[in-house]
Amino acid sequence: MKRYEIKTLGPPKAIREAYGDFLLSVGEDERVVVIDCDLGHSTKAAKFGERYPDRYVEIGIQEQNMMGMAAGLAAVGKIPFTSTFAIFSTGRPWEQIRLSIAYSNFNVKIVATHGGIATGEDGASHQMTEDFALMGAIPGMKVLSPSDYYSALSVLRAVYEYEGYVYIRLVRPKTPTVYPEEFPYSLGEANLIKDGEDVAVIATGIPVHHALKAALDLEKEGVSVAVYDFLSVKPLDEEAVMDAARKRHGVLVVEDHVFWGGLGMAVSSLLARKGISVPLSFVNMGDEFGRSGKYEELYRYYGLDAEGIKARIREMIG
Amino acid sequence: MNPDELKDLKEKALQVRRDIIEMTYRAQSGHQGGALSWVEIGLLLFFKVMNIRREDPFYEDRDRFVLSKGHACATLYSIWSLLGWIDREELWKFRRVDGMLQGHPSRRRTPLAETSTGSLSQGTSVAVGMALGLKMWGKPSRVYALISDAELQEGQTWEAVETAGNKGLDNLTFILDYNGLQIEGDVHEINDPTPIEEKFRAFKWETYRVEDGHDFVQLYEAFTWAKGVKGKPQLIVARTVKGKGISFMENRYEWHSKVLTEDLYRKAMKELGVHL
Repeated sequence: MKRYEIKTLGPPKAIREAYGDFLLSVGEDERVVVIDCDLGHSTKAAKFGERYPDRYVEIGIQEQNMMGMAAGLAAVGKIPFTSTFAIFSTGRPWEQIRLSIAYSNFNVKIVATHGGIATGEDGASHQMTEDFALMGAIPGMKVLSPSDYYSALSVLRAVYEYEGYVYIRLVRPKTPTVYPEEFPYSLGEANLIKDGEDVAVIATGIPVHHALKAALDLEKEGVSVAVYDFLSVKPLDEEAVMDAARKRHGVLVVEDHVFWGGLGMAVSSLLARKGISVPLSFVNMGDEFGRSGKYEELYRYYGLDAEGIKARIREMIG
Repeated sequence: MNPDELKDLKEKALQVRRDIIEMTYRAQSGHQGGALSWVEIGLLLFFKVMNIRREDPFYEDRDRFVLSKGHACATLYSIWSLLGWIDREELWKFRRVDGMLQGHPSRRRTPLAETSTGSLSQGTSVAVGMALGLKMWGKPSRVYALISDAELQEGQTWEAVETAGNKGLDNLTFILDYNGLQIEGDVHEINDPTPIEEKFRAFKWETYRVEDGHDFVQLYEAFTWAKGVKGKPQLIVARTVKGKGISFMENRYEWHSKVLTEDLYRKAMKELGVHL
């Protein structure tokens, strides 16, 4: 766990833009290959394709084939990045990821944009809210979920330098930046971005900036809230969870994911194993599918935004 | 191919068949039918066609082999032992908790397997990715993948075939072990994959038919043809016999995978010239 003291949010910048920018930054490495399934301009992978067309593999709408081909490319020394929406990165080709990539132990980077209900108007068919569960269940899979543009760059850099298969969930909307710049990141780490005494919020993905906004607002009301940015869902940063568990009124886990197999379940399981009894609360998609709507409206509807988080924290304090 | 080579390959084929029976008898499980049908194809690839180094199985510029019909791996393991890549004692621990030879090829447990297979069709995409990657590197290596006729029922196969055709991967050869049977019966009755060659040609592949997929000379002609094709991937359709070499297994779909009793084991070994 690393400690930061973030006092304000930066101007909005889309997390998926980080993907295109990151790919360009490592484009001179001949090992880097990007596979696209007809969504390159949405995922921003196309930026790489414009500059390095020979290592940009467009195969159309073939997600199962993409995962197998990525395994084959890795088998001959390439570092393949697969690019499509989260739903098509995990649900459709799950067994290809399990057998061809993970069981074979190939160095494939599965980059998914459009994670969670944050995908918005397209509705539940395109809102992947089960990916932490699906990917986390695969032995050895690392599951990363950056919270803003700069943490996405940092995570992607760490993923590129790591030898092994990983899943990275990115999201569609432009959201305020949490960090001022790219930072050194080791896979598996969480960041404490604001300390506090009363309640700890453990969040992942773009809910992190909502949690930070909630914490900064509550500070003015005299409520002291700590916010942890779980950039890694698996492995879980146990030190950070234990640190969070020391807060006076307990721990709130916030994620744009169903409860089952998500960060909330992982945190609960760890605390139970450690024999730590602490009040726990959750904001997530429960056992429900999402619905169409603007990202901001959906986050409000499901209580994932700063207002929803504040309301839950006030309940916890009583 | 000279007569000495042919004689040697035929002797090896007999040995591999004995190994398949011995392994699946000792394991009291495994897939005999589909293993017996590609013995000649596998031996020819590893001992004659592919550019590999016996002293260095991981030689960087080697040709790659993907066993997409992973259940037929007893043949592959036997060939590894004949190449000296694994101890023959390992064969007798096939499918056992104290062995390394998994029920289906596992790159994780045995890196000699270029990729893990066993879920049908997955090897096709991996082979396409390998062929594309080797081309990107400018390597001369070729990729060979053994597929089954029933694998043509899987949607993923056609995703891989379409991409390989459109990318013109001429360093890629699929060999179809066309034994005509799958677990529940005749491939053509269950969900007919024919016309096979026409379908592949429609996907911009070149095709070649081997009437007897157990004839080393015919197979060798096919592989020589494949190496000469430019600009397109190649499919070799090899007509084979499921359970080849064991009279009571030949063309019997029940022998896709069946436990060998002691009586049948002795009978099979006797047919292979081993008197127990």
